[in-house]
Amino acid sequence: MDYVVIAYLYLAILLYLLLGGADFGAGIIELFTSRHNRRVTHETLYQAIGPIWEANHMWLIIAIVILFVGFPRIYSVMSVSLHIPLLLLLLGIIARGTAFVFRHYDAVHDRMQSVYATIFVYSSLVTPLFIGIIAGSALAGYVDPAAPDFLSAYVWSWLHWFGVAVGVFTVALCGYLASVYTIGEATTEADRLRFIRKTRLLIVVAFAAGALVFVAARYEGLPLARWIFGNLVGLTAIGLATISLGLLWYVLARGLTWLPRVLAGFQVTMILLAVGYAHFPSFIRLRNGPHLSLLEQLAPARTIEALGWALLLGSLFILPALGYLYYSFQHVSRPPSPEPEAALPGARTL
Amino acid sequence: MDDFLAARSQMALSLGFHIIFSCIGMVMPFFMAVAHYFWLRTQDITYKNVTRAWSKGVAIFFATGAVSGTVLSFELGLLWPRFMEHAGPIFGMPFSLEGTAFFIEAIALGFFLYGWDRFNPWFHWFTGVVVGISGLASGILVVAANAWMNSPAGFDYVNGQYLNIDPIAAMFNDAWLSQALHMTLAAFAATGFAVAGVHALMLRRGRNTGFHTRAFRIAAAFGAVAALLQPLSGDFSAKDVARRQPAKLAAMEAHFHTEKRAALVLGGLPNEDKQRVDYAIKIPGMLSFLAHGNFEQEVTGLDRIAPQNRPPVVVPHLAFQIMVGLGTLMMGIAAVYFLALWRKKQWLTSRWLLGLFVAATPAGFIAVEAGWTVTEVGRQPWIINGVMRTADAVTPMPGIAYSFYLFTAVYLSLSLVVVFLLYRQIRMVPQLYDVPAGTPEAAHA
Ligand code: HDD
Ligand code: HEM
Ligand code: HEM
Repeated sequence: MDYVVIAYLYLAILLYLLLGGADFGAGIIELFTSRHNRRVTHETLYQAIGPIWEANHMWLIIAIVILFVGFPRIYSVMSVSLHIPLLLLLLGIIARGTAFVFRHYDAVHDRMQSVYATIFVYSSLVTPLFIGIIAGSALAGYVDPAAPDFLSAYVWSWLHWFGVAVGVFTVALCGYLASVYTIGEATTEADRLRFIRKTRLLIVVAFAAGALVFVAARYEGLPLARWIFGNLVGLTAIGLATISLGLLWYVLARGLTWLPRVLAGFQVTMILLAVGYAHFPSFIRLRNGPHLSLLEQLAPARTIEALGWALLLGSLFILPALGYLYYSFQHVSRPPSPEPEAALPGARTL
Repeated sequence: MDDFLAARSQMALSLGFHIIFSCIGMVMPFFMAVAHYFWLRTQDITYKNVTRAWSKGVAIFFATGAVSGTVLSFELGLLWPRFMEHAGPIFGMPFSLEGTAFFIEAIALGFFLYGWDRFNPWFHWFTGVVVGISGLASGILVVAANAWMNSPAGFDYVNGQYLNIDPIAAMFNDAWLSQALHMTLAAFAATGFAVAGVHALMLRRGRNTGFHTRAFRIAAAFGAVAALLQPLSGDFSAKDVARRQPAKLAAMEAHFHTEKRAALVLGGLPNEDKQRVDYAIKIPGMLSFLAHGNFEQEVTGLDRIAPQNRPPVVVPHLAFQIMVGLGTLMMGIAAVYFLALWRKKQWLTSRWLLGLFVAATPAGFIAVEAGWTVTEVGRQPWIINGVMRTADAVTPMPGIAYSFYLFTAVYLSLSLVVVFLLYRQIRMVPQLYDVPAGTPEAAHA
């Protein structure tokens, strides 16, 4: 059961990055879209994402529950040492989730819409930035439960160039995932071409951000290249990711819906695999060498047994239902408008 | 503000905020399912409009409930890392099942909110019911986790070590049943009265009578049934508390001295220094009866509890009085309502009956907050009753006060926005749903 629970932990993190990430990306793209095209971009994305956004974010909760039930010490060390970025992450999650729903369910469409939109796009940027910073901090080795002073215990644990670089990279990946996703949802040829251009641009940005991670790692003295490329699995994974990126570039303009999405998802999976494999079973590197290892920090056997069964049985219900949800709401580019729109007399409709 | 107090306040604030949204998230799907059922059965368009109008309000509440819940699952660690390090593996079972329940709920919600005119109508209806059932299940599960804090089970505590962990036994602890039952009823009573109150207000103003009458009847029926049952389940809870947490019972009843034929203290202001209650009404023997079902039996007072283990008295006592007072009031209104349905039809449209419901709009939610205050403050100084002190569980990070101020500001502004949005929804009802019954779907896109 130990490995079942660990597999689910990684699965939840991966799916959160893919699905929740695309969701954050939607806001990021909106932020970097000219005023003129914003409305189309926003509508295309939200017709697609509206029905599924809550489900996409459940993966974060699953990952957290697995951590605190199955690996309580890891959860508690993270909660203490990374308190501040976690707090900022939470503020981002609150702002984003509520702004998303408010803008759609406000009965009156008036100037408030632009307030919600502003909150939404900026929190879509900040939230994955902190997810990346937290992930980077798990690898960077500045987390120190025995730190003597406030700054090294609670600030330098996460505020370092490597963390920031991973944060920026995460933001770029989210934008990239979302833009690949949108291509298949475009309703007019002009929009489709615009989304394709955007995707190409984001591929370049993600590449640059990825390079930045290596530069930052070097600067912080982390042998990132050796970790990732120093073993066959990492090397293969990154190789496959690169090949599929070339393939993606090639098929982008072909008017396909699913192949680009699958390829983009595959690339992110491979990146996570390469990093995860290099570190397994370590989950958090502590200052001066020691690790919090997933295999050593497991909860007692009875708990892991129960947790494993709960996850297995839960997936029996969840996965088919989730699959049917995605299936039902794909290609909803021109749905019957989900809610009758209305404006108060005199209110300005955006 | 010192960090420990700030951490407790932040926890209380977050939970107190979340519980409102989770009650609505658990209960409104059932109201919608009933209205939706009537629409599918009778093809009375007003029922469809009621369902849709509710579902828009509920979408707002759901999102706020989901984000505040996500915050809570992090906050348990951010504020109480020492607690979670030991408790996580023991009381984690309900949380891991709850994950499944939430997931199903989120999926079904996607189908329900966006599924109008896309699916077979009964499948669509069914997804709404699934939202309700999975919401209810998650509520019950998370209460089981809280019950474990009141009545720890499923492990042996030996020399500071937590051994022989059995997560299933921990989930079905002694307090689980009474708390889950009482909480579920509370959610129905509170949401039912709140929703009925809003529609009653509109009826008193004579607006969209057809729409608001149907909505009012559904909400009032659920709320009234739950409000009638609530005191019974409260009595069951009180007997349970007397057995498993005598210190909490003594605090909420302001019962300072152990005695036989113990008196029930109604109202009053407990004076912890002087160990007495001023300005109270006392009913001899009643406490013994309520706690143990027997007018003579001895009831443990705070004097039997070691001073360092005594909970505060004033807050739990006052909160308990508020809950029971409001519970009695709601039970009374419910009884009048059933009398009206059964014998006095003319009351149903009278201004005074609607006025009662309008007045009781916030009663259930105030009772919910009060009840949780009793449960949580009455457990102090323990975070795990008798095993771990709250003070030993708190995070070592200094400066929690700032995070508390921050969250206060965030939750305050969120509440304001939610109220504002709700107000707008209600104001839009005439424009969106004002169709004479019978005209084909003029009002919907
Ligand atoms: C609509 C809300 C509502 C109403 C009308 C009542 N309660 Fe309540 N009560 C709650 C909502 C609530 C609650 C917020 O849901 C609590 C907190 C913890 C729990 O399980 O339920 C609670 C807790 C709670 C507890 C503590 C349980 C524990 O710590 O395990 C007792 C003894 C009572 N209640 C008793 C009563 C009585 C005798 C009532 C008589 C009218 C009553 N309640 C009405
Ligand atoms: C008695 C207390 C509680 C009850 C009755 C309750 C019930 C609920 C319900 C019914 C929902 C789903 C409805 C909605 O989204 O609005 C919900 C959401 C949530 N709750 Fe709570 N909850 C309680 C306390 C907690 C606590 C202590 C935690 C965390 C440790 C928590 C974590 C969550 C999470 C993560 C969600 C979001 C799930 C989603 O996205 O649908 N809840 N809660
Ligand atoms: C949603 C309804 C709930 C409300 C309104 C509520 C309210 C409160 C309050 C007022 C406190 C502060 C007590 C004090 O320090 O004097 C508190 C503490 C706490 N509650 Fe609850 N609670 C709820 C449900 C839960 C649930 C379901 C859990 C866990 C599963 C939980 C876990 C905690 C923890 C860990 C603390 C901090 C430690 C402590 O003060 O004992 N609560 N809560």
